[in-house]
Amino acid sequence: MSEQERILKFQIFRYNPQRKGDKPRMVTYEVTEAPGMTIFIALNDIREKQDPSLQFDFVCRAGICGSCAMVVNGRPDLACRTLTSKFEDGEIKLLPLPGFELIGDLSVNTGNFFRAMSERIESWIHDQYADEVNYDQLEERMDPDVADEIYELERCVECGACISACATKRMRDDFLGAAGFMRLARFAIDPRDKRSDEEFYDVIGDDDGVFGCMTLLGCEDYCPKDLPHQTQIAYLRKKMAMVR
Amino acid sequence: MKVIYTDSLIIGGGLAGLRVAIASMQRGFDTIVLSLIPAKRSHSAAAQGGMQASLGACIKGDGDDEDVHFADTVKGSDWGCDQDVARMFVNTAPKAIRQLSAWGVPWSRVRKGDRDVIINGKKVTITEKDEAHGLISARDFGGTKKWRTCFTSDGTGHTMLYAMDNKAIQLGIPVHERKEAIALIHEDGVCYGAVVRDLVTGELIAYIAKATTIATGGYGRLYSVSTNAVISEGIGTAIALETGVATLGNMEAVQFHPTAIVPVGILTTEGCRGDGGLLLDKDGYRFMPDYEPEKKELASRDVVSRRMTEHMRKGKGVESRYGDHLWLDITLLGREHIEKNLREVKEICEYFLGIDPVKEYIPVRPTQHYSMGGIRTNATGESPTLKGLFSAGEAACWDMHGFNRLGGNSVAETVVAGMIVGEYVADYCAGNTISIGTSTIEHFVRTEEKKISDLLTRTYGENPFELKKEMQEIMMDKVGIFRNGPDLEQAVEELKVLNQRARKIALRNRISSSNPELVEAIRVPKMIKMAQCVAYGALLRTESRGAHAREDYPERNDRDWLKRTLTTWKDEQADLPEVTYEDLDVMKMEMPPGSRGYGVDNTVHHPDTAKREQEVEEIKANNPGADRYEMQELLNPINIPEKFKGKNERIGRGFK
Repeated sequence: MSEQERILKFQIFRYNPQRKGDKPRMVTYEVTEAPGMTIFIALNDIREKQDPSLQFDFVCRAGICGSCAMVVNGRPDLACRTLTSKFEDGEIKLLPLPGFELIGDLSVNTGNFFRAMSERIESWIHDQYADEVNYDQLEERMDPDVADEIYELERCVECGACISACATKRMRDDFLGAAGFMRLARFAIDPRDKRSDEEFYDVIGDDDGVFGCMTLLGCEDYCPKDLPHQTQIAYLRKKMAMVR
Repeated sequence: MKVIYTDSLIIGGGLAGLRVAIASMQRGFDTIVLSLIPAKRSHSAAAQGGMQASLGACIKGDGDDEDVHFADTVKGSDWGCDQDVARMFVNTAPKAIRQLSAWGVPWSRVRKGDRDVIINGKKVTITEKDEAHGLISARDFGGTKKWRTCFTSDGTGHTMLYAMDNKAIQLGIPVHERKEAIALIHEDGVCYGAVVRDLVTGELIAYIAKATTIATGGYGRLYSVSTNAVISEGIGTAIALETGVATLGNMEAVQFHPTAIVPVGILTTEGCRGDGGLLLDKDGYRFMPDYEPEKKELASRDVVSRRMTEHMRKGKGVESRYGDHLWLDITLLGREHIEKNLREVKEICEYFLGIDPVKEYIPVRPTQHYSMGGIRTNATGESPTLKGLFSAGEAACWDMHGFNRLGGNSVAETVVAGMIVGEYVADYCAGNTISIGTSTIEHFVRTEEKKISDLLTRTYGENPFELKKEMQEIMMDKVGIFRNGPDLEQAVEELKVLNQRARKIALRNRISSSNPELVEAIRVPKMIKMAQCVAYGALLRTESRGAHAREDYPERNDRDWLKRTLTTWKDEQADLPEVTYEDLDVMKMEMPPGSRGYGVDNTVHHPDTAKREQEVEEIKANNPGADRYEMQELLNPINIPEKFKGKNERIGRGFK
C-alpha cells in the first residue's frame, strides 16, 4: 500500500467565554495525517502537541453517545467517526454546533437543552398504574413488531445535529425541533404510554410544535443515525390535525 | 466557600448511579447526581449486546432460572466472586429487567413459530412457543448454559440508559453536569461527600451528604487501547483510594474483550458470536473448536481472548501495519439479521473500517474492556472501612464477577446493584445525620485549592499528556492478557518513577477555569496510582485465575489464592500501595470450587473444598423434600431488601 503523508489543515473556531477579553477567531493548525485518522484523533493530537487549551467533547468516540457533533466543513456531523481521508484537499473547518450555549471552542452545552426538551415533552412512560406493577410476575406482553418499531425511533443519541440544521429553530427560539418530535413519536406509538392524542396535542399542537415546522428537513438530511424525521413529523402532524 | 448539602450524593450518571439516585429519591431523600457529561452520554450507552436475566421465555432459554444463572456467574468468575452477592444479583435480575420494561425499554420480544438461527456455523430452525409470544426474548452469549441475554438490537445500553435517565427526569432528580469529584470529604472513618470541581468555571464546591455513592465506571483508560469511553479513567475509584481509608478490591482483575476492531479498539458486541459469528485466522480457518471443542467461540471472554492470543503467537494472525489481528466473520448471519440485530456493529464497520460486514470479515483483536476490580464494598454496597461511602456498578468491587465477568452481566449489575444498593443508601440516609464541621469541610477544599494553585504556578515540569501515554503503554505491554513476573516487576518499577514525576506536573495553559490540560493534570497522578494498584496486585498474585493469567504460574491455586486482594494507599508520599488479602470462605460457598471446563484443569485445590462438597451433598441428602428455594436458603442464606424477596414467575412453571 502506498501512502503519501499528507499535511492536514484544520481551521478551528476558538473562543473561551470564561476568559476575559477573549475574542472569537479562527485558528489554523497543521496535523500530519495518519492512516485511519478521525477528527477525534486529530483534535486530541492538536491538544496534546500544539495547544492544550483547545476545548471539545468526546465520550464514546464510536458514534454511540452523541457528544461530539460539530460543524465539519459546513455540515453538522459526529466528529468521532468522520475520517480525515474523506476530505480530498485536506482542509477541514470546524465550528461549534449552532443553536446551543457555547462552553468554549468546539464544546457546547447540549445537556441543558435536552434535559429541558425531555421535561417539556415529558419524555417518560405515562401510566398511573406503573408504580403498582409487580415485577415478580411476567412482564406485560408486547407485539414483537411494535417493540422493533419503538426501537427504531429510540435510536436518537441527542447529538443536536437536527437542531443545529433546523431553519425553523433559528427563527423560533422555543421550537421543539426534530429530536423532540422523534422522542414524542416514540412514546406515541408505545402501548405502555397511556397518554391520549389530546394530551400530546397540548405538548406539540402549536407553532412551537409540529405545526411550526417549515419542512425544510435539514433534520432528515443531517441526522447521523438516519432517523426517519420526515415521516415522523408528517405522522405527528396528521395525528394532531385530527385532534381538533 | 460554596457548600451544597443533600442527603444522597451520587457521583456518576450512568445506569448504576441513576438507579441508586432513583431509589433514594423514591424513598423521599434529597438526591443529587454529579456527572462529567450529560447523563445520557455515559459509557453505559455503549453496552451493545444485552443484559442477562433468567426469564427463560425464548425456547433456547427454556429451563433457565436463578440457579443456572448463578452457576454460570460463579464459574465465569473462576470462583473468585462473592457468592452471596452473586445470589442477590441473579435473584433480582428478572425483577430489574421487568421494571425497566415498565419504564420504557423496548426489549426485543419473542415471536411465536419457526425462525432460522445460526448455531455452530450451521443454519438451524427453532420453534418458539405460542405462550411465549410477546414476552422478552434473549440471545446467546459466551459462558452461559442458556440463551439469557435480553436485548434491543445491539443498542441495549442505549435504550436502558435512556429509560433510566427519563425516569430520573420524571422524578425531578437534579443532575449537575460537567462536575468532577476530585476528593472525598471524610472524618473519623465516615464519608460526608466530595470536593467537586466545576469543569466550566473551575470553581471548587463542597457537596456535603449523608451518603455518598461512587458510580463512575471502570478504569479501562489506564490502557492505551481500550473499548471504554475516554472518560472511563477510574477517577471515582481513585478518590476513594486517596482517602487512605477505603479499600479497593481485586484491582488486578482486568478483562480483555475478544472482538474490538483494529486499530482503534471500538467494541463489536459478543452478540456477533452469540448470534452465530465465527473467529477465523489468516487462512480463513475456524480455530476456536481446536482449543475449546465444547464452547468454541462462546467460551468465557477471558478464555477466548487468551486462545486468540495463543493462536496469533503461533503465526496464525493476519499481519497488518497495526500488528496482527484475527477475523470476525458475521457474513453467514445474512443482511437482514445484521441490519436488524447488529446495526451498531454495521455502522461501526462502515464508518471506522470502510467495510460492509454483510460481505466482509471484521479485523478484531482482544482489547481491554472491563474492570472487575474497584471500590471494595460489602453486600450492601457500603465500604467496609469508610462508613457512608457506597459504590455500585463497574466502579465497585461488590464482587459478583470475581476474576472474570460474563458478557451481559455488566449492565445487569448496574441496574440490579442500583436497586439493591439504592435501598441500603436510603436506609443509611434514614439512620444517620451529618455531623461534620465546616472547618473540616474547609480543610478539604483548601487542600485541593492548594494542589491546583501549585499546578497553575509551577513554571517548569512534566507534561501530563506524556505521563499518561507512558503509563498506558506500560500497562498495555506489561500488564496485559498474559502476564509474567519479570514484566510485572518492570511495570511496577516504571510506574513508581512515573508516580514521582507526576508530582511535578507543570502546565502550558495556566488558567483555572475550563482548561483541558488542568483536568488532565488533576487526573493523571490519580490514574498512575490506580495503575500501580493493578500492576502491583498482578505481580503479587502468583497464580492464574479468570482474566489474571500468569505465564509463570499457569495453575489456579485455590490453596494459596482463594482470596480477594485489598489495596489501600495510606501514606500520600508512599510510592506503592499497601496490599492485604481477605479469604473467601469455602465452607460458606453454595458452589464449592470446581473446574470451569476449559482446557486442562490444573487447579491446586483448597483443603476445605472436599469438605464443603461433602457437606453440600449431606445437606442435599438430608433435605430430600426441599425445593430449590429452600435448598438455596440452606446452602447460601442471603440478606436482601424485603421488596426484592419475591419468587420470579416464568412461563410453563409459574413461580416454581
